[in-house]
Amino acid sequence: MTTAAATAGERTAKAKPATMAQALGRALRDSMAQDPTVHVLGEDVGTLGGVFRITDGLAKEFGEDRCTDTPLAEAGILGAAVGMAMYGLRPVVEMQFDAFAYPAFEQLISHVAKMRNRTAGAMPLPITVRVPYGGGIGGVEHHSDSSEAYYMATPGLHVVTPATVEDAYGLLRASIASDDPVVFLEPKRLYWSKSDWSPDAPVAVEPIGRAVVRRPGRSATLITYGPSLPVCMEAAEAAVEEGWDLEVVDLRSLVPFDDETVAASVRRTGRAVVVHESSGFGGPGGEIAARVTERCFHHLEAPVLRVAGFDIPYPPPMQEKHHLPGVDRVLDAVARLQWEAES
Amino acid sequence: MTVQELPGAAAYRPTPPPAWKPLTDPAPLLPDPEPYRVLGTDAVADADPELLLRLYAELVRGRRYNAQATALTKQGRLAVYPSSTGQEACEIAAALVLEERDWLFPSYRDTLAAVARGLDPVEALTLLRGDRHTGYDPREHRIAPLCTPLATQLPHAVGLAHAARLQGDDVVALAMVGDGGTSEGDFHEALNFAAVWRAPVVFLVQNNGFAISVPLAKQTAAPSLAHKAVGYGMPGRLVDGNDAAAVHQVLGEAVARARSGGGPTLVEAVTYRMDAHTNADDATRYRVDSEVEAWRAHDPIQLLERELTGRGLLGDDGIEEARVAAERMAAALRDRMNADPVLDPMDLFAHVYAEQTTQLREQAARLRVELDAEQDQHGHDDVEEGR
Ligand SMILES: Cc1ncc(C[n+]2csc(CCOP(=O)(O)OP(=O)(O)O)c2C)c(N)n1
Repeated sequence: MTTAAATAGERTAKAKPATMAQALGRALRDSMAQDPTVHVLGEDVGTLGGVFRITDGLAKEFGEDRCTDTPLAEAGILGAAVGMAMYGLRPVVEMQFDAFAYPAFEQLISHVAKMRNRTAGAMPLPITVRVPYGGGIGGVEHHSDSSEAYYMATPGLHVVTPATVEDAYGLLRASIASDDPVVFLEPKRLYWSKSDWSPDAPVAVEPIGRAVVRRPGRSATLITYGPSLPVCMEAAEAAVEEGWDLEVVDLRSLVPFDDETVAASVRRTGRAVVVHESSGFGGPGGEIAARVTERCFHHLEAPVLRVAGFDIPYPPPMQEKHHLPGVDRVLDAVARLQWEAES
Repeated sequence: MTVQELPGAAAYRPTPPPAWKPLTDPAPLLPDPEPYRVLGTDAVADADPELLLRLYAELVRGRRYNAQATALTKQGRLAVYPSSTGQEACEIAAALVLEERDWLFPSYRDTLAAVARGLDPVEALTLLRGDRHTGYDPREHRIAPLCTPLATQLPHAVGLAHAARLQGDDVVALAMVGDGGTSEGDFHEALNFAAVWRAPVVFLVQNNGFAISVPLAKQTAAPSLAHKAVGYGMPGRLVDGNDAAAVHQVLGEAVARARSGGGPTLVEAVTYRMDAHTNADDATRYRVDSEVEAWRAHDPIQLLERELTGRGLLGDDGIEEARVAAERMAAALRDRMNADPVLDPMDLFAHVYAEQTTQLREQAARLRVELDAEQDQHGHDDVEEGR
């Protein structure tokens, strides 16, 4: 998990990655250049460079044996990756869209997540499964699912999701370097988000599993990740007018979960709202709220609230704006945190 | 109205669509309609007597292993055992045809193949005893963990073989699956990947007639399971699965083909499961005795024994020797299985991740406390009862 940290500074690139998509591509390229056992495989990842162009140029630079267009079969792709990892390679699998990763669930749950455990540590599987996830891009059905709860519920998997360009690079490097399988969730609506990240500046490659405070504040904590981070940052700015000084915690990793950073924040502020766009019922927010309550009960001034997508199949694109938690819903929840006053 | 009657249709001549051309000539890929046989045919003249004797000894040992393991279920020493009695020729040939550097990808029924490949007979049973998921290091013998979900190990075999070839190793993977398993999507995806990648893989289908209770006719409408190969662009081979010499030869050719870069082969071995699906199954509900009896007359050990004794390669002494060796193996297995495995509950947390997460560390600490309390309680009880 830590090997990538040592190498991140070595990059001497000319092009300046500016979007999350470019940072992800850069992370793949640097990982492949550094470690000949890293192989990329998936649908359209070769000549086309992936439907989101994340793998652009990899087949040309490293050859089709290192960046391989596979037959159109998700279970086959991930199943083959299992065998490749068994023989000493580090496969990075691209699932084209969140909802098209479901045919590979059997391989993921029964084999990828369990092989280390099943073999008493003799056979770890260093596989990274990249899944573009979430909505907000006007995708038709099956192109906008937030599937993180399914992955979180499977012991043996790490579940990681970056929200910034820098983290996209750093966390993907760390995921590929990890000796355990990682489901790497890419918030597709942030693919084109920009940053003035310079590839020449040293980049921190965090070990997987650490949350970060994106905005310090005193009156309440917004706990979020991936596509909802920008929403929360915007809400925090807007809340200043109302006299709220909101702290924003970006989880970055759902498994393992950084209880420490989250609990420390909530203990400071005494109030918390969990924000994510996947459905609320049985969703990540319930788990997070429970953990916060267990650790911070005596510090809490109000119940931990959740702002989540509705408990409906992801809506058609013309309706998705109603489903996705936006700034107003977050601010409404923040207002409801004035719990004592109400009761 | 026919085409000719249409106004202006006289000028129409159907031509193939511009992009179409056959990718592969299917004829050489098609299996022979009759399962290939060696024992009792002219082909046996080419068989190596040493190999036949080795196969014989292993078959006898394998059958005894199946009987012993089934007996261990009755004594509560094994949770369950799926016997491969009747299918020993497939199991043994699969193991013996591989070189040391090759990999075996067994299904849940293929304990025998793993043991014949050199795995410790007790280590091979831990999954079924219930103390560990895999009792062996897969890399040590190059045997993937016995696979319980059906057909999911097949894409692993493809990936491993592909990876080996990419790294310049002439390693072959042999993957085993049942007739029922061929209906699973992973079977299709694995064969397709293997053919497209020309991966050095051999797929061995043991068609033993049933998937638990469901007969082959309800599993597929294909002429044979070997025919399925043609659609993927790989050869399909049909072999008498009770003829150890034939299975060894057909698998050997497929392995050689894979090793030399010729790509994958699908081999269907026609055999029969003599015992029930597992010790927990009642086979009389779905098959008739006459069918079982017919197959008893085509027993893999008898076929080979007849051949060897007929040619004077095996006498009463040799038969007795094989029997005694098998008995010794069974006695040792029985003894070792009668010892309770020593398990550390803290191992539950040991191999989930390379580094335990904080969540797992907390849970492990909680279990530790429970275990210590239990221990204290036992100590306390002992004192109370004056022990
Ligand atoms: C994916 C999956 N579905 C169902 C089962 C339950 N199951 C175990 S064995 C079996 C029948 C398998 O038949 P076949 O593939 O012909 O192998 P055989 O038992 O004959 O060796 C079934 C349905 C399973 N193990 N995996």
